[in-house]
This record gives sequence, structure tokens and C-alpha cells, in this order.
Amino acid sequence: MHGEPALAVRLRGVVKFYGAIKAVNGLDLDVPEGTCVGLLGPNGAGKSTTMKTLTAQAIPDKGDIQVLGYTLPRESKQARAECGVVPQLDNLDTTLTVEQNLLVFAYLYRLGRAERQPAVERALEIANLVDRRDTRVDKLSGGMRRRLLIARALVHRPRLVLLDEPTVGLDPQVRQELWALIDGLRSAGVSILMSTHYIEEAERLADTVTIMSKGSAIATGPPHQLVREYAGSEVLEVYGPPPRLQEVERDAAGAGLRTRRTGTSVAVVGDHANGLFEADSSVARAANLEDVFVLLTGEEVE
Amino acid sequence: MSAESVSQARELHRLERPALAGVLVREIINFRSFWRSATFSSTVDPTIYLLAFGFGFGSLVSSVNGYDYVEYVGTGTVATAVLFSSAMPSMFGTFVKYRFQRTYDAILAAPVDTEELVTAENLWIAVRAGTYGCVPMLVAIVFGLTPEWTMIFVPPIAFVSGFGWAGFGTTVAATLDSIDNFSYVMSGVITPMFLVAGTFFPLNNLATWVQVLAQLNPLYHTVQLVRAAAFDSWSAVDIWHAGFLIVFGLAMWRLAIWRMTLRLVD
Repeated sequence: MHGEPALAVRLRGVVKFYGAIKAVNGLDLDVPEGTCVGLLGPNGAGKSTTMKTLTAQAIPDKGDIQVLGYTLPRESKQARAECGVVPQLDNLDTTLTVEQNLLVFAYLYRLGRAERQPAVERALEIANLVDRRDTRVDKLSGGMRRRLLIARALVHRPRLVLLDEPTVGLDPQVRQELWALIDGLRSAGVSILMSTHYIEEAERLADTVTIMSKGSAIATGPPHQLVREYAGSEVLEVYGPPPRLQEVERDAAGAGLRTRRTGTSVAVVGDHANGLFEADSSVARAANLEDVFVLLTGEEVE
Repeated sequence: MSAESVSQARELHRLERPALAGVLVREIINFRSFWRSATFSSTVDPTIYLLAFGFGFGSLVSSVNGYDYVEYVGTGTVATAVLFSSAMPSMFGTFVKYRFQRTYDAILAAPVDTEELVTAENLWIAVRAGTYGCVPMLVAIVFGLTPEWTMIFVPPIAFVSGFGWAGFGTTVAATLDSIDNFSYVMSGVITPMFLVAGTFFPLNNLATWVQVLAQLNPLYHTVQLVRAAAFDSWSAVDIWHAGFLIVFGLAMWRLAIWRMTLRLVD
């Protein structure tokens, strides 16, 4: 291995077309074992298609994919036996109870007779659903259903967990709960690949972030490194009426600085933005991953 | 451990028993929540046909081909029960599971492939068809059909036929884009097959071309084999009927896997 970290996921030059649309365009992606990699990008960036290629539910037109050492799509079944998948869209069996849903997947993941019930109990504990074990899924709240989806993916102790937009559409409190759950997995050494379009989610959970746009990876690195590389350490938010903001954008462009609109202000990116604009209408703040995301993708954050 | 040695360590094959068992367990656990309604529709419908035709037409027609009309219809509606308990649940159930509930996406994320998924689901439907298919015959026994030991062959005949119809239903569900389009299949394929199967009336008085077409109807072959088993009246032509049903089952199984793979894997 020559000192390089072992990879849970390795994609090289992956291309996937849907008709004339190039959903994934020459994607290279690494997930080192025991780390959490965030796949960050706007809607339509190719994140979900990438996730589908990792379970062979989408077959790439070009490129190489290895998951846990198995070559896909040929050895996809072996890889899936050691992966857990949390889909973007809820696909639980709604007429079954929480425990029955987990039991079905204990069978599907081929756990032995003696292992099944302990595995179900452990998954219930992880998702904090022990007292809901006999509740039918269609009686659960949205947050509980998401926790159950995660528990279902963990029932067989996978080495790699694929999370496709794990907290989309959930309220902030439930999102925090799920973040704690995912962070627990990461601390336990499980490799995680998580697609998201929530900046904060990627920033909090991911060791490495890959920003995707139009099917390609346009930047990769630890969140703090991406911020330093693309947005510097500080950003100046300049407030004012629309004509004033247009003027600020012009002046910043003249000084070779990049800007982004953030509602009633313009964010001027670059460590030497301070001093260019009046102090009474501007506030300096630390640059963040959102600045990087908007600058690189040209898309505003939802 | 190199990638190659990892692969050798966990060699997985096609149609593996644990994968089939996993899908079957899911079906069985699910079935517990709706067995009453499924059993009701799968048994009451053909029983109503049996009673309506058997005693309705039975008052006008005393016997057909040497059999009492109630016995004739009672054995014929076994095929109807098989059709109702296999093709219909397969068509609608499959469509709902892959399109609306996304159940198949969840299963395919586990170490199960489309071939195993379709095979297990169709086997389960065939087991149900083999069971429910016997109900009209049991009702006919209550109304005077003489029990024969050869009736033990009826469940396997219904199973093989049900397996083929399950594959047919899966193929339809995987091919059509809207559940509304099922009406074309129901009215254009299933209803004509259902009527021209020798269930309610013999085909030998119909036009030759209808009799030739009936030879392509799996339901006709089911009816003929069930009658042979129910009346212990086997003949050499039953080999043709059995062969047709087996080929129908195998062909529909492979077709269903092919169509479902196209639908589920981009």
C-alpha cells in the first residue's frame, strides 16, 4: 500500500449518461477507511447518481469503481453485503412495525439465526427506538422514520455507510439528533460517504468535503482547508440599498476580489477587502464553507 | 488484504438461497398484515363464479362432456382462482412496490440482485396461487364433486401456472409506465384468455381458429390438467399441457427478470 491510507471507496473517471444528459462527468472520489467524506453540491450536481453507482443501481458508462476492495458492478453483491445504505427517499415497509423492518433486513443481510435478534436490539438502541419497537412505521414521526432508516442500514454492522441526503426535509432539532447519530458512527470508525446540499451538515460531520457541480468534483479537501484556499480567512459583508450593493460589486471586481450576494448585503471575499469600504456599513466575519460553495458552484445555498 | 484476495474471500453467486430466503421472509412478514383481505378476494371471487355459473347455467345445462356442470365449472374455476391470485397481485403489487413504495430500491441495496428478487417474489405468489387455487375445488366437493386421490396434483399444477402468471404480472408492471395502462392488459389480454379457457364452456364447438388460439392460452392448459387430476382422467395429451405450462413459467420468469432489471438498474 506504500503508506497510503486504505480506501473504502475509490472512483476514477466515472461517467454516467441519462440519455443526452451527462449526470456524472469524469468523477474521481476517494473515501479513506474510517473517515467521513461529504459530497456537497446543488440539486442536479450528480450526487444521487454517484451514490446509486456505488450500489450498482446505476451502471457507469465509463470509469472504475471500487467499494471495500470489490470491483463494481461485477462484485457489487459482495460490496453491498458490507455496506449500509440510507436512501434520500423513505422506503420503509410502512405496514410493518419498527422491529419487523429491522428483522427483515437482518435476514436480507444474511445474519445467522443467533445473530438476528441481538442485531435488531442493537440497531433499536442506536436509533433510540427501543420503546417504539412495536409501532407501525406509518405511525412514526418523520424524524423517527429517518432514525429507523439509519438503524436499518446498521443492522449488520457495515464497514461503509452511504448516506444520501440524510436529513433533507427535517426540522432543525431532528437534524441535530441525526447529526449526533452520524457523528457516533464516525467516532466508531465506520467509513461514511454522505451526500448533502446542507453546508452546515458537511462542515460539522465530514473530515473531507468534495464539492460537485455539473457531475464533476470541482474541489476536495478538509472543510477548513477549502475555506482557506478559496475564501481566505475573512469575508467583508457590506450592507446597503441595491444601487450601493451594485457599486460595491463593481469596486470589488475592479480590485480583483470576488463577491456574492447574500440578501441585503454583498459578501466580499478576500483577506484584503477590509479598508476598501466604509467601516460603518460593513462587517468582517470569518470565511466559511458556504462562501466557498457559492463561489465555486455559482449557486446560492437553500 | 488486496482487492483480489478480498474478492476471493467472499465469492457470491447467482440465485443464492440466503437472498431468496430474505426476500421470502419479507413477503411472509408482510403477508401477515393483509392475509385476510388477500384470502377473501382470492377465494370469494372464484367461489361466486362457481356458484353463479354452476347453479345459474347448471339449471339450464345438466352436463358437459359427460361431467355434471357444477363439477365442470368447479374444476375450471381453479384456473380462474390461480389467475386472480397470481397475475393481479403480481401486476399491481410489483408496480406499487417499485414505483410508489420504493421497496425494491431498499432490497437491492442489500446483497440481493434483481434475479433473486423477482424469483423469490414470483415463488411466493405461486405458493399462494397453489393454495388459493384449490378453494373452488373444495367448494365443488361440498356441492357434490367426488374426491379423487389424484386431486393432490392440483396444488402443484396451480403452483406452476401461478408462477408463470406471476412472471407475466411482473413483466407487465415493469414494462408499463402507468398503472392506468393496466386496463389495456386486463381487457385486451386477461379477459379474453379467461373466457376462452374452457372454464365455463367447452371449446370444441367453437371455430377452429379459436381452438388453435386456445392452445396458446396457459389458462386453457391449466384447466385441462386440473380436470385430468380432479377426475383422474389422464391421457397422453396432458404431457403437452404440462410441457406448455412449464415452458410458460420458465419463459415468463426470465422475461420478468429482464424487464425488471431494465426498470430498476439505470
